[in-house]
Amino acid sequence: MKVFAALLALAAVLAAGLAFAAGRTAKPVVLIERPGQCVEATEVMRRDHMKLLLHQRDRTVRDGIRTKPQSLAGCVDCHASRKTGSVLGEQGFCQSCHAYAGVRLDCWECHTPKARAQAAGAKP
Amino acid sequence: MSGNPRRGFLGTAAAALAGVALAPGIRLIELAAARAPGEAVTAKVRWGLLIDTARCATGCSECVSACNRENGLKDAGRPRTDAQWIRKIDLSDPKSARQHSAPVMCQHCAHPPCVDVCPTGASFKRADGIVLVDRHTCIGCRYCVMACPYKARSFVHENLTEQKPDVPRGKGSVEGCTLCVHKIDRGDGTTACAEACTAAGHGAITFGDLNDPQSAIAKRLRELPSRALRADLRLDPGVRYAGV
Repeated sequence: MKVFAALLALAAVLAAGLAFAAGRTAKPVVLIERPGQCVEATEVMRRDHMKLLLHQRDRTVRDGIRTKPQSLAGCVDCHASRKTGSVLGEQGFCQSCHAYAGVRLDCWECHTPKARAQAAGAKP
Repeated sequence: MSGNPRRGFLGTAAAALAGVALAPGIRLIELAAARAPGEAVTAKVRWGLLIDTARCATGCSECVSACNRENGLKDAGRPRTDAQWIRKIDLSDPKSARQHSAPVMCQHCAHPPCVDVCPTGASFKRADGIVLVDRHTCIGCRYCVMACPYKARSFVHENLTEQKPDVPRGKGSVEGCTLCVHKIDRGDGTTACAEACTAAGHGAITFGDLNDPQSAIAKRLRELPSRALRADLRLDPGVRYAGV
């Protein structure tokens, strides 16, 4: 009986500890500001968005195919924050996840992270 | 439209007829030159420019500022290293003292030396004749800058922000005139420099398809004696000059 009580106490302490740890873990902020259908299912986008972008990038630069579905500018237009108009920034759609995963974002060294309406100086 | 199903049928039939091939590669009626948005560029068109130096005004730099505006090139106040996609040059004949000026940009050669020397394949010629830099693979070695006889390429030395959505550019890669490729792909049928030159009332720059005998550029090329800059190099540039 005594052993059981000790085990129970240990379990309670562990559970409390885990809950505490979960609260302390930084989570990415995924703000979907324009809900609706993305170009692929969420699971596909989470895992393979870089593959889609890589494929589209060569088609655009080399073959001049600038159709909507997987264009980077299209991603930005939809995913840019309404507040900052950008996919960067602490709560930015791209940056918050990439900071969490520790994956460097090279796109925005050349491409503008701002939505087209914003880049042109207009209100969305 | 939707009320008459025959129209849809006629449209399909016409499209099918247009596609009837006499022999492989020869069509009864050539399909429209305009490319569908999802279609890759082909060698059927070759984009080029004709610059009539007789109409180009000395002291006017509308084409240069239009290019800078269109492509988001900003002056950092360092003329030795600032990117320059198009520049005005003044020419004078020492014997006759005749003076005139002309814009010089990437000449979009059919045999581009910048493509020959590129170690990564970043410098490339698109099927429709536009010579571009794929910044994704450019390592910034600047061999192409050295190889270009027209001094048409620039290197980006500084971090950039506020790029145009259609014209991504950044530090560490080489760049040059893209013949306003984003405008061409959009179907504008002109370049920023040609547009500005026409708007300024000079009309010295004609843009068009060199392969289409009915295009404005082909017609003017038939009328005006023109030449390629440094024709001795036999690079077959897509940019031609009249009156030099």
